[in-house]
Amino acid sequence: MSGAQKLAVTVTDIVPVTDLVTRFVFKRTDGGLLPTFSGGAHTVVEMRGDNTVRMNPYSLMSDPMDQSAYTISVRRDNEGRGGSVFMHTCVNIGDQMVISHPVNLFSLDLRAKKQLFIAGGIGITPFLAQIKQSERLGGRWELHYASKSKALAAYGDDLLAKHPSDVNIYHSDQGQRIDTERLLDGQPIGTHVYVCGPKSLIDHVRTTAAAHGWPRENIHYEEFLAPQPGKPFEVKLAISNKVIHVGEQESLLEAMERSGVDAPYLCRGGACGQCETQVIDYTGNFIHRDHWLDDAEHASGAKIMPCVSRFEGKTLVLDR
Amino acid sequence: MTLQFNDETFRDDYSFHNSDRAIKRFPFPFHEDSYMYSVNMEQHRGGPADSIYEKRFDVDEHYLSEMRDRAMVLADDPLRCQSLPHMTLAGWDLLELVMVSKSEDYPDMFELHRDGDTWRWVNKPLGIDHTFTFLDEATLPYGPMEYIARQTQGDFCVLDQRDDNLWMDAGMITTQADWSLDFDLGMNFFEWHAPVPLAHEKGIFVRALKFLLNIQQGAPARRLNWTMTVNPLLDTSPENYHKWGIQKTSVTPDNIGAKQHLRVELQTFFRLPRSNALVFPIRCYLCSFQDLMTAPKWGRRLHRVIRDLPDELATYKGFSDNRSMMLDYLSTFDDGQPTSDGIWADLDTEPALIP
Repeated sequence: MSGAQKLAVTVTDIVPVTDLVTRFVFKRTDGGLLPTFSGGAHTVVEMRGDNTVRMNPYSLMSDPMDQSAYTISVRRDNEGRGGSVFMHTCVNIGDQMVISHPVNLFSLDLRAKKQLFIAGGIGITPFLAQIKQSERLGGRWELHYASKSKALAAYGDDLLAKHPSDVNIYHSDQGQRIDTERLLDGQPIGTHVYVCGPKSLIDHVRTTAAAHGWPRENIHYEEFLAPQPGKPFEVKLAISNKVIHVGEQESLLEAMERSGVDAPYLCRGGACGQCETQVIDYTGNFIHRDHWLDDAEHASGAKIMPCVSRFEGKTLVLDR
Repeated sequence: MTLQFNDETFRDDYSFHNSDRAIKRFPFPFHEDSYMYSVNMEQHRGGPADSIYEKRFDVDEHYLSEMRDRAMVLADDPLRCQSLPHMTLAGWDLLELVMVSKSEDYPDMFELHRDGDTWRWVNKPLGIDHTFTFLDEATLPYGPMEYIARQTQGDFCVLDQRDDNLWMDAGMITTQADWSLDFDLGMNFFEWHAPVPLAHEKGIFVRALKFLLNIQQGAPARRLNWTMTVNPLLDTSPENYHKWGIQKTSVTPDNIGAKQHLRVELQTFFRLPRSNALVFPIRCYLCSFQDLMTAPKWGRRLHRVIRDLPDELATYKGFSDNRSMMLDYLSTFDDGQPTSDGIWADLDTEPALIP
């Protein structure tokens, strides 16, 4: 078996939060307690459609100490392969679903003198759990949250009401921007910065922090990539001795699973490195989308992350 | 099953002893007739009935005496238990893991009653009935890691996970095979393993770290490790080497069967949910050569393993000086017959020794 241990849960509440974001509450189907977790953890939700099983990671946003329920928020992405649309349109209260045990690839560094959270859009969700954890443990924190508009700033009003002096919200439709330079320049020694949101925001924060001399270890980021659709392609799996077809709307990892190949994975979003696969032979071009492999590895043609990356060309042979 | 606890010592007169049951369930670490390092991990989810693998934290006949020995070590040297400030949450994680596991696995000996953050812990063998507030250190006599580790057999390394590495940032280490928490505190995985010969070249530690970093909640892992100890000493620490090192010279052909012990560590690995740290319990089991020789398969195999072991490993494990004496003794229990696969003694199926 690949991936984390599974939990059988029932959907107990579905709440629209903004025009794009909907919140889902899961409780254990057997009535027992869910495992505790640490702020920043995600769960992989299995979405069983007619002919497909999609598995998408979503950050847990509920109180990590609350074992009665898990809560996630899903932003509807009409351009994607349908995972978020499935959650928004096909999931109903009372449905039974399978989710993974919590996995944390974005945990707090508990040595920090101060936690500085920077969120863009739906990237707010891991911070909701981290804020609850920090409040419970008495840690110092500060949030800067960028959103397109007040109407789309999920949980912004709640956060401001509860933590008026620690939460700062920026609405780009009103010309408001996080002044990253200033923010990162004035932090006390021992501050750790965490950023979650669009790639442009993550890159900007990382670059600015590095330019200001922040230690690499004090900069944390998480960006889950949804697998993008693309042209169909064929792959030969050398160990399994199979040739499989990767459809337009499925990832290479999903195509392997559909063909009965037990490939390792954890995050399914190009971040954790578990599904790293050796390339034996290829003629064509890789479309690397992960941020696990570095630029040299991407250029080498020796490895691929099948959860998010694709291929265009004549031949691809993988060591799987 | 009602467990009878031994009244025994791991120092001075060394009255430590294994019952027949303890010998039978001893974790003999060699699954074949030779040994080399490997990333020999497996899932830690139960095992054969009454084996040391069966429960998450094995409690055996040595429990009370081991806890008494631990208290003596700590009284002499408080630095055997240390926790850097950011590891307190992981200490609570460990306390919760042990209390939940033991109360579920041994309900006749341990009870945990939780009402919100008010927890009542009952440890019948040690005579403890204590109500405290979870996450409030002021309600415990020690920090949470020390509190529970004083009631649980085995050493505990509590490892912080950050920057794609593991850090030895907390631990309770009183039954160690010649390494020091005080020395290793704050080191990362490669730093504290630096003295181990041969394994670095084989890439063992890079692979082991990758495995450990990915240990998930609900999916603990385990492996066995081993060394040799003269006299049934739990505390073979560098700090006390001047006391126990010299004892290696006390072995003679006449007393080696009783004095020489195979020391086996059951190492387990659990992801700690609230802190995302990793706990690495190292449980030490000791068995004298003469007790091991009651299983014909173990006698044959131990002789072959010790005979063929690379010199570097015998030196690292600290028995190169006594190796030839060991082989003289062990060879009398090896009649050359084949052995079955796996670590279990297979007493019912393995042939008796041909004298």
